[in-house]
Amino acid sequence: MRLTCPICGDRDHREFFYQGAAVMLDRPAPEAGEAAWDDYLNLRENPAGDTRELWFHGGGCGAWLEVTRNTVTHAVSDVALARDAKGAKA
Amino acid sequence: MADLKPRSACADLLPLSRGALHLEELSWDPIWSISPFKGRGQAVSDALNAALGVGFPVPGTWDGGADLRAVWSGLDQAFLVGAVPPEGLAGQAALTDQSDSWATVALSGPDAEAVLARLVPVDLREAAFGVGRCIRTQVQHMTCVVLRDAPDRFVIMAFRSMAGTLVHELDVAMQGVAARMGA
Repeated sequence: MRLTCPICGDRDHREFFYQGAAVMLDRPAPEAGEAAWDDYLNLRENPAGDTRELWFHGGGCGAWLEVTRNTVTHAVSDVALARDAKGAKA
Repeated sequence: MADLKPRSACADLLPLSRGALHLEELSWDPIWSISPFKGRGQAVSDALNAALGVGFPVPGTWDGGADLRAVWSGLDQAFLVGAVPPEGLAGQAALTDQSDSWATVALSGPDAEAVLARLVPVDLREAAFGVGRCIRTQVQHMTCVVLRDAPDRFVIMAFRSMAGTLVHELDVAMQGVAARMGA
């Protein structure tokens, strides 16, 4: 498996560290309520298809990446800097 | 009063030669890390250019010459080697003196690419990685900076505490390549 880091280019899987679902970028407001925070911290989708994930390029430039990967085919369709992905939503 | 003498990271380990391959330590000093604050990248680059004649390097490259270099070293980070950051940069970027933090070695010889091909998971052949290129990657499991200094010479930087591991990994690969090349 290889990921195309927007900064470094095409790199081997060993340079990356998997963090988890990219819902971590969608942090609720502090007063959003118990249900929203329970959902954010504990509940995850388990889709058969495209999923958004956070990967850390620790063996390279040090960027956090938002990777769109298909869990059925393992095809990676998009890699973006997490800060850009987050900025686009803000 | 104690008489303290500076001791380089690879003092007991280098230089060494295996066949036509040569590994030596470089005394890059000082090394300053420069991380521009948000939105200040261009201002920092302009300030560097005005004072020292090198800009903030674009990702994957280094700029300068033998005595003064700006070496890209990560996301929004570069190392200034051979000079202290100019006055006025302090308000625009995070600056840290990392002169004693790195073990910096130069690998040279006609088969230097073959040595690094055993250790680094990135294509470092000249067509893909020419003089002036510089990347963050790994030597085996160890994070490092690799840059191409000349067509047959690479510079590798690793954390100073890992100097022994760096030299060991390079030496084993150099011996293997030298043996295959019949040296």
